[in-house]
Amino acid sequence: MNSRAVNSSAVNSSAVNSRDRVLARIDAIVPPRPAAEIAAGRAAIERDYLRRHSTGDVLDLLADRIAHYRATVRRVTPAELPGAVAARLAGRVYAVPEGLPRAWLARADPARLVEDPPVADLDALDGAVTGCAVAIAETGTVVLDHGPGQGPRALTLVPDRHLVVVEAARVVADVPEALERLDPARPLTFVSGPSATSDIELSRVEGVHGPRTLDVLVVA
Amino acid sequence: MTGSMPTYLGMPSFPEAAREAVGDTLLRRNLAHATGTIRARRAEAVAELPDWERLRGSARQIKDHTLAHLGHYLRLLEERVTGAGGTVHWAADAAEANAIVAALVEATGETEVVKVKSMATQEIGLNEALAEAGITAYETDLAELIVQLGDDRPSHILVPAIHRNRAEIRDIFRRAMPDAPAGLSDSPAELAEAARRHLRAKFLSARVAVSGANFAVAETGTLVVLESEGNGRMCLTLPRTLITVMGIEKLVPTFADLEVFLQLLPRSSTAERMNPYTSMWTGATEGQDFHLVLLDNGRTDVLADEVGRQALRCIRCSACLNVCPVYERAGGHAYGSPYPGPIGAILSPQLRGVGSKVDASLPYASTLCGACFEACPVAIDIPEVLVELRARAVESARHPLTDAAMAAAGWTLRSPARLALAQRAAGRFRRLTPRRLPGPLRAWTDTRDIPRPPPESFRAWWERTDGGRRP
Repeated sequence: MNSRAVNSSAVNSSAVNSRDRVLARIDAIVPPRPAAEIAAGRAAIERDYLRRHSTGDVLDLLADRIAHYRATVRRVTPAELPGAVAARLAGRVYAVPEGLPRAWLARADPARLVEDPPVADLDALDGAVTGCAVAIAETGTVVLDHGPGQGPRALTLVPDRHLVVVEAARVVADVPEALERLDPARPLTFVSGPSATSDIELSRVEGVHGPRTLDVLVVA
Repeated sequence: MTGSMPTYLGMPSFPEAAREAVGDTLLRRNLAHATGTIRARRAEAVAELPDWERLRGSARQIKDHTLAHLGHYLRLLEERVTGAGGTVHWAADAAEANAIVAALVEATGETEVVKVKSMATQEIGLNEALAEAGITAYETDLAELIVQLGDDRPSHILVPAIHRNRAEIRDIFRRAMPDAPAGLSDSPAELAEAARRHLRAKFLSARVAVSGANFAVAETGTLVVLESEGNGRMCLTLPRTLITVMGIEKLVPTFADLEVFLQLLPRSSTAERMNPYTSMWTGATEGQDFHLVLLDNGRTDVLADEVGRQALRCIRCSACLNVCPVYERAGGHAYGSPYPGPIGAILSPQLRGVGSKVDASLPYASTLCGACFEACPVAIDIPEVLVELRARAVESARHPLTDAAMAAAGWTLRSPARLALAQRAAGRFRRLTPRRLPGPLRAWTDTRDIPRPPPESFRAWWERTDGGRRP
């Protein structure tokens, strides 16, 4: 059933009233101001924090910070990449999203690659190999925008392993620079290490619902 | 629009509830261990950023600006979410929010939903309301699962099962999780693995999910959820219908504003540089039906209060719980609300009013030591709000005897002659001063002795010795 049908049901009429009631109450407490005044107020917010925290080599920092989360990380040259990818995929069946550069898979066993699998098939696969949109050195974070070479969100979620190839040009020093490069109209997934939980005695334990193994290859 | 959220049935006042908790040595040991660990790690994570105070100042200003123009930003958010194919619903109170969610689930024809941990849905008692509508809600966060399987109540904002140690969790899993492996040990990795297996089939078959939200970006209509386990991603991604319930205060104006909060929140809550997973989406994504339920439930009451309003800056990190000496000893249950600890002590009475015993006592559940204010990443001055709420509790429930005593004191103090007379009388009868007060004032002397009046008042001494010049 189309859930939008709910819009015409009884829920909607009370919701419309509540919308007006809630907004009227808010407007009575903090009266509406002209758009220009709001924009000026926003511009006056002090933002004297740092745009980046480190000044050193971002690739070294990224590798260090990813390793801290107990992900595996290795720096490779473009020439070494196909071999490194093949070594990580060896003996396992991996999902490959549409748009992934074919050169990355040049040394991998094609019989063990599944192109663009439907969501229903993902649970039977060992892992997924993708690129990324941006990587944040300071926090050891890989950001997917699920564009070409990254697959829909489920692809890097359901299988137990995720191999990410991070090209040097995609690495930024810190969080503010990362957001400048990202498009909020796209779905975004920030990944910092393998799936983990702090729910038992507040200690981080790897491996709950997302991929328990995160492999990262940084290409430069 | 006063909020309604469950005050747990027959909930005693904070001191009564806390007395029992403080006597529970296992609970105190579990809490001291967990909060001690996180305090040390958080301090490290914060020290790594030399501009922490500046980030904190910006966060405070961004939130205050948003609250000062809340109507504008909510309308903008609604427009952007709708423009991106989502549907926005408004709920004035808990009952309305629950009815909206139940109707949305019923419209899909499903009777089960998977849930990501959400303070807002706990606040409105959504699971119970759905159960009444014949819909089963499955909590998928590990700690929430422990609470649900243990037929227990959450006791911490971030780690609802913080009051349980690993051995207790193993026992709960063995007892209540039908597919728990035989010989399950209490190693955290094995417990996590058991939860992974238990929920996997649920995730893959679920057609409806309910989530909360950490942030919503007004200018783009983007929703943001931070999590660790991947259960959030499962719920946000796999089901065909996604229903997000969010308090009206969770807004930030622009996408760039997230650069402040994505640095403050993970370090304040789990003491990590970044939490494992953050999901952002705008409107209907990858073919989903997306519904956003905007919840008031008492928040406009808080907004109307100029001192208390700052509580709406809260980003639910729980740093204030972990540094609070009262929370560490009393635990979360004594606060009688989904929001425990220092932030709960100012949020619950404001959202619900001080009608119940527990809410009237919450402003006193603090030593005013100020550690919570110092730890708060959005600089909420919790002690300031507590003092304000205490003053109001006194205003609204003054003891008639206090009034009489104060009136008498006022009469005496207004006249120097009457004061001198009263002081001489007190000195003369000092040996007759009882150790304990009679009648309704007795409670005050349960733990203290009445100070004896001095033999001679300062005024009398000054007069007799000419300010010390005469012996």
